[in-house]
Amino acid sequence: MAEKVHCTIDGRTVEPRRGQTILQVADELGIYIPRYCYHPGLSIAGNCRICLVSVEKAPKPQIACYTQVQEGMTVWTHNEAAQKARRGVLEFLLVNHPLDCPVCDQAGECWLQDYYMQFGLYTSRLREDKIKKAKAKVLGPAVILDAERCILCTRCVRFCNEIAGTHELEVFQMGAHEELGTYPGVELKNPYSGCVVDICPVGALTDRDFRFKARVWYLSEQKSVCPGCATGCNIRVHFNQKRTHHALGKRVMRLKPRYNPHVNDWWMCDEGRYGYRWIDEGRLLVPQKRRDGTYVDLDWDQALSDVASGLRAVMDKHGPSSVAVLPSPQQTNEALYLVRRLFAEHLGVRHVDFWIPPATQGYHDDFLIKADKNPNSAGARLLGLFPRDGSPAAEEFLLNHGPLKALYVFRHDLLGRYGEEALRPLLGNLELLVYQGTNRNATSRRADYVLPSAAYMEEHGTFVNFKGRVQRLFQCLEPLAQSLPDWKILVRLAVLLGLELGHSGQEEIFLDMAREIPALDGLDYAALGDQGVESDFSGIPLWPKTVNRQRSNVSREQPAHLPRVTNDE
Amino acid sequence: MAYYNVSRPSEKLTWRERIYLPELFKGLRITTRHFVVNLALHAVRLLGIKTRRRGAVTFQYPEERRPLSPRLRTRHRLTKREDGMPRCVACMMCETVCPADCIYIVAGELPDPNVEKYPVRFDIDLGVCVFCGFCVEACPEDAIRMDTGILEIASDSREEMIYSIDRLLSG
Repeated sequence: MAEKVHCTIDGRTVEPRRGQTILQVADELGIYIPRYCYHPGLSIAGNCRICLVSVEKAPKPQIACYTQVQEGMTVWTHNEAAQKARRGVLEFLLVNHPLDCPVCDQAGECWLQDYYMQFGLYTSRLREDKIKKAKAKVLGPAVILDAERCILCTRCVRFCNEIAGTHELEVFQMGAHEELGTYPGVELKNPYSGCVVDICPVGALTDRDFRFKARVWYLSEQKSVCPGCATGCNIRVHFNQKRTHHALGKRVMRLKPRYNPHVNDWWMCDEGRYGYRWIDEGRLLVPQKRRDGTYVDLDWDQALSDVASGLRAVMDKHGPSSVAVLPSPQQTNEALYLVRRLFAEHLGVRHVDFWIPPATQGYHDDFLIKADKNPNSAGARLLGLFPRDGSPAAEEFLLNHGPLKALYVFRHDLLGRYGEEALRPLLGNLELLVYQGTNRNATSRRADYVLPSAAYMEEHGTFVNFKGRVQRLFQCLEPLAQSLPDWKILVRLAVLLGLELGHSGQEEIFLDMAREIPALDGLDYAALGDQGVESDFSGIPLWPKTVNRQRSNVSREQPAHLPRVTNDE
Repeated sequence: MAYYNVSRPSEKLTWRERIYLPELFKGLRITTRHFVVNLALHAVRLLGIKTRRRGAVTFQYPEERRPLSPRLRTRHRLTKREDGMPRCVACMMCETVCPADCIYIVAGELPDPNVEKYPVRFDIDLGVCVFCGFCVEACPEDAIRMDTGILEIASDSREEMIYSIDRLLSG
């Protein structure tokens, strides 16, 4: 336990730990002190001077972000001297700041605008010309710099040095001519470069992907989890439904990281940040059926009853071992649980495997990016959606053309992964190929039935990340066109196949699941909150111990071909 | 674009209206009254007598036009820079402030670092516009004005009421 000191902030007596700074203590008290250069995830630079506060017995105002609390210290954060000092600092910061707000993407979320409106409100006294610097200078694939707008807080420099560890940025020149830039011959190109835009408090570093797409005040925000890899970084989805003609009717404008100290802190990788285009491009819109080489639209009732009768016909003729189901680790736990209930348990399908090994191992590092590019492999494992008791893995029963007659694929692009040639024996043998997924791909173009499902932003649900943290997705958008969330499709299909699941929402499904799976015991959506809960995956009980319903073929073996899930990674 | 379907209750004609002649004479009576009253007022004025009410004055529109106040808000136009580019920088202030949501802007990027942003699309749906003039007030660039003096904004279809950037720039 660190040593405590006694001090007074704005008349409130507190006992912070020795070594804490005034700004940190004030934050804990809920007193907001303005800041530009201070960021809780970076080292303290103390160069913007906007956090000046009055400290009694000190000759001058002190910067709150770097001044440590001392025994008997008395601090006034909002007295007249402090306010006057901060207004002066703001005026200095704005001396060479251009009047770019109409064309600046930061306008609306700019800390210069915010603080000017909060405590600036002075009339400009500048008589001289403003110093011109580089405008619209491309720093790298993700980031564009406007050096005139920069207030030289060096947050981005410190990010590249301390978090990304790539050291691309530096402040060059001296005095009023100081200017941010990259070292000669280097571009700002690291896997986390988009984060410098998030931490830039002004419009100096802006996102090339978001550039001029929409003004920020048109954006709505909802919490979600990045589906780009097994880390499951917490994100905020910014989408535009107010002015739909912006960006040609695309709904999702950008993704931003959301603070979660257990997963990603304040950061996220560029791969996840810019991997949202499939939400609005190339989506499957209507249920379809292949007839004579072309696809005809169906309504949902027709499509589902066709699929159900097709499955039934195959099962009656060839038995359940002729059917294979490939759930996807891109799906939510709720959808996967229903896959298990319907296919594995009700229909007795034995060929169930979520894991299609990727052709090449994905990029990974020791920070946020994981090689497994699926958000919910752990959830699919937890639910036991892989072959047990000596059944072959998916790759084996697909390529070594077992006696499969019906294949139900969720989201996997089998043809894209293995190619037409390798799958020809399988496809020639199949009587029914159902593809249920979000986007068009080579597999959806070969399926007999195509069922459009909603993307992760379009439904509530949960993912389990590589550490076993169960995290909630919140619905941001309505499902596009006629697509439906996976759980709705499965509930309706189950009725046609003689199973009344009776679920009317995602939380109901989750509660059922939590009752069955020991690792989720006692959890519900309220308990998960928006930061998630780490469940105990050590010695992972793959199949439930407590059995409410009749169950057979229970196995605890750890299948060798699956990605490892541990708590200690 | 914004279309509004307006449904009105159908007004059934009464028996008296349907036989037509009484209504015709009712209309003629009104016309005749205006004629006689105005003739009398103008005659009295010709004799130099001031009356409290003045006779109706007819402008021979469209040959003859009433003078417009310079402050009157008339059809919009977009102003140009010296090189002919629109002054507009697609900041969306007008689109944001517009109470009728009738302005549609899509921004694009210019290589010129002194301009950076310009409108690829700038549509005003005059069928929805309420002529409040907030767009002119909000504009930081003096790029949109309502000083054309054009009041005749009629067309045969709703699509034609949507003025694109080319029509707005040509005054």
